[in-house]
Amino acid sequence: MSDTMLLDAPAEGYVTADGRQIGPVVMDLKNITLRFGGVVAIKDISFDIRQGEIRAIIGPNGAGKSSMLNVISGFYVPQEGEVWFKGYRRGPMRPYQVARLGIARTFQNIALFDGMSVLDNIMTGRLNKTKSGFLSQALWWGPAEREEIANREQVEKIIDFLEIQNIRKTPVGRLPYGLKKRVELARALAAEPQILLLDEPMAGMNVEEKEDMSRFILDVNDEFGTTTVLIEHDMGVVMDLSDRVVVMDYGRKIGDGTPDEVRNNQEVIDAYLGVAHD
Amino acid sequence: MDQLLYGTEVLINGLMTGVMYSLVALGFVLIYKASGVFNYAQGVLALFAALTLVGIMEGQVPFAHLINAMFGTHIENFGWNIPAVFAILLTAGVMVVLAILIEKLVLQHLVGQEPIILFMATIGLAYFLEGLGDVMWGADIKTLDVGLPQGISDVVEQTTANWFGYGFFIDRLDIWATIIAALLVAALVAFSQYTKQGRAMRAVADDHQAALSVGISLQFIWIMVWSIAGFVALVAGIMWGTKSGVQFSLSLIALKALPVLMLGGFTSIPGAIVGGLIIGVGEKLFEFIMSSPDLAGSWFGFTISATENWFAYVLALLFLVFRPQGLFGERIIERV
Repeated sequence: MSDTMLLDAPAEGYVTADGRQIGPVVMDLKNITLRFGGVVAIKDISFDIRQGEIRAIIGPNGAGKSSMLNVISGFYVPQEGEVWFKGYRRGPMRPYQVARLGIARTFQNIALFDGMSVLDNIMTGRLNKTKSGFLSQALWWGPAEREEIANREQVEKIIDFLEIQNIRKTPVGRLPYGLKKRVELARALAAEPQILLLDEPMAGMNVEEKEDMSRFILDVNDEFGTTTVLIEHDMGVVMDLSDRVVVMDYGRKIGDGTPDEVRNNQEVIDAYLGVAHD
Repeated sequence: MDQLLYGTEVLINGLMTGVMYSLVALGFVLIYKASGVFNYAQGVLALFAALTLVGIMEGQVPFAHLINAMFGTHIENFGWNIPAVFAILLTAGVMVVLAILIEKLVLQHLVGQEPIILFMATIGLAYFLEGLGDVMWGADIKTLDVGLPQGISDVVEQTTANWFGYGFFIDRLDIWATIIAALLVAALVAFSQYTKQGRAMRAVADDHQAALSVGISLQFIWIMVWSIAGFVALVAGIMWGTKSGVQFSLSLIALKALPVLMLGGFTSIPGAIVGGLIIGVGEKLFEFIMSSPDLAGSWFGFTISATENWFAYVLALLFLVFRPQGLFGERIIERV
């Protein structure tokens, strides 16, 4: 595996071929090892995430991709290794604390609040942006009112952006799968995240839905400059969307670089075609 | 005509009793909605709150019996009386501390367990709190007077006597209970619908993982929910304690809340209210009709009395057969 041009890119960032500005490293994962009892889910993996880029994590089933995402979002705490975020080493944290740092995520098997409307679901993404006291909120008074209106404006912007205006008031439990995925993305975006984590955003979708979702991910990145980390199985989608790709297999990192570099990496080809490990 | 007027009076009294049932049922619904736990200890929580309130008001020394037995002392009282308002605030504080302890010592260790295990934990909690209440404040029946008006309302009696020629007997305490319950429900609804914490509470009720991912601390929400349930228990404890004295059978009012919940649905605050009213009115009217020689006597040729003991449960049983989710509960649909 050869080190790549992009891994050696200047610290302050660079401009992509399609003219997007990629910034400095925002998150640096160093020598992460995660074990469940005797099972090693992630073995000594290091990689970084740059401001404004779309970073994909790929690999065969059971490679440890979701575990990696869970480490970033604080759902799992690795036994070894360091997570550096915006220049500071992150101590062991609970998931809600990580979320408050500005790391939003979606889940592989959709985790939405089924009993609430689409609007209310997305509004929960704004919880950490709400600062006024609960008494003034209950009485709908002064600062609380202004804040709620500002939150609603932001949420409406996202609803417009993701083209879900017509289901605004629908309880989420009634929506079809593809739309639920989109609402989950909307909720994550409502938090105005520093890093957006997407765990298989296109799993189980048909071609048309996949195209829509790809467009949204690109547009979000374009419009808000959102740094995005995504796990995806559809190779075509991954290669089209991402700036850089990490490839995992059996908990190890076997490739890291631009889509083209990864595509031509022998170890990656072996992993996907199933060559015997010797 | 007299029967009709008397029936109306029974109906109104039934509504007011229903409000008292609703007060207890509300505490159950709150915790069930937010954590999916059926809190068996809710009735005991009301008892504990009432005991603590009386204890604080009368300046009782907590654990007095225990201390006296261990050290041969004879302390009973601090010798002061605390005004009801402060005592209520202090008791509310005690309920919050209790909520924190419950979260730290019990719930935290059971995260991710089956609901039935959490349910068993609340049974344990109920017995523990009952024992704690006994040891802390003593087992004798106490009167509770926080200054709520009691006795038959003269105003209502005279007004109705002037209008219909028949004076309604309505307890002033029941009227106050209704007003307070209405305020409490309004406050709860405003809290859960319009505040950040309320929104977070509904989110936790729905999906723990998703709640974590938007930055909600489960711990904080559980402490908050149990504090609110403790506060509702305090209100219920005050009402029931004023009405029938603070005694250990108070924890059994939780049993009356069960049929209320089966009728109204475990997940609905309006359900708890309507369920309580239906049971209250239902059992009073049923008793009135079935025990009256003029009504049941002339229709069926016999009368029965003391139906209030079982009417609510039979009604709940019927609901379980025909509408298990209750009137307002969420229908459980399993997707396969």
